[in-house]
Amino acid sequence: MIPAEQYVILSALLFVIGGVGFLVRRNVLVTLMSIEVMLNASNLALVAFNRSRLAPGAAQSYVGQSHTGQVFAFFIIAAEAAEVAVGLAIVLAFYRLRRTVRSDEADLLKN
Amino acid sequence: MSAVGTLYFDACALLALGGALGVVASKNPIRGAMGLLLLILGVAGLFLALHAQFLAAIQLIVYAGAIVILFLFVIMLLGPSASTPSDRRGIAARVFGGGLFGLAGLAVLWRVVMAAHEAHRLLPMPQPDDSFGGIDAFGSALFADALVPFELSSGLLMVAVVGALAVARGRQGQKSMSKSELHLARIPFPVETARALPTATSGVFGHEIHLHEAQAASPTAPAAPTKGGAS
Repeated sequence: MIPAEQYVILSALLFVIGGVGFLVRRNVLVTLMSIEVMLNASNLALVAFNRSRLAPGAAQSYVGQSHTGQVFAFFIIAAEAAEVAVGLAIVLAFYRLRRTVRSDEADLLKN
Repeated sequence: MSAVGTLYFDACALLALGGALGVVASKNPIRGAMGLLLLILGVAGLFLALHAQFLAAIQLIVYAGAIVILFLFVIMLLGPSASTPSDRRGIAARVFGGGLFGLAGLAVLWRVVMAAHEAHRLLPMPQPDDSFGGIDAFGSALFADALVPFELSSGLLMVAVVGALAVARGRQGQKSMSKSELHLARIPFPVETARALPTATSGVFGHEIHLHEAQAASPTAPAAPTKGGAS
């Protein structure tokens, strides 16, 4: 059985990779994908801790073991779908305005 | 059995790490989207190993089936403009910020690993019920404990769809413009600037600029074929 630490370490590595990509890359599409990487890493950590801490569920009559981490991950997936839809719409509007997807061209409020 | 489990974990972890590195390091956003797909497959495999079957299915359906396809759709819509040329401006600040974040994250990771090593006690991985993580148990948990957030998330998705429509639609449809007005409105800066941009002749609205250029050129010269399927 793989211990939960290995999952958490993998999740931290994925999160660091995604964060570095978010900070370093200037392509808005790649920036959005880096956010996806970070959210996937957090989902992995949540599910791993859920598997590690199998407390009895709050509603004992319905649920044998707590699914709290998995439910969190489920909502993160839903929020992420919404984020991607709105983010890509903003990318399209930005491209229409500036004809580029470089994030440092978004300087309409500068000066 | 244990060796097979370790091998499975290693394969999925390598898939996820390689995919994440592909997202971050690839110059072409399409390769980045493929890296994201690899990461999603790896994480879905790890979800299966963690007894979260329903989440693994959701991961494949929502991420691989919807989000990656949405990314690919936008990348294809933008055409060659989606991949920005490499730019060294501000590279020092970017590398400094990214390196600082990376080092801080790895330092925290190292500290946690050492603390776990000193404690001589791994986190327990108890064997759950067979129904754990399946659609029955997960649905019961979702609708018993998290009913209000579930309903609120439907509102979130609704608002996101309306907002995405409102943002991506732009100013079209507010008033009917004449053809010349439409042409001006679609080129918000002088045409010389549009010519100077290397990627302006293809993409979403590139063909209009291209036609404009072709008209401005000498009439004997045939118009160059448009690239990227813009026509």
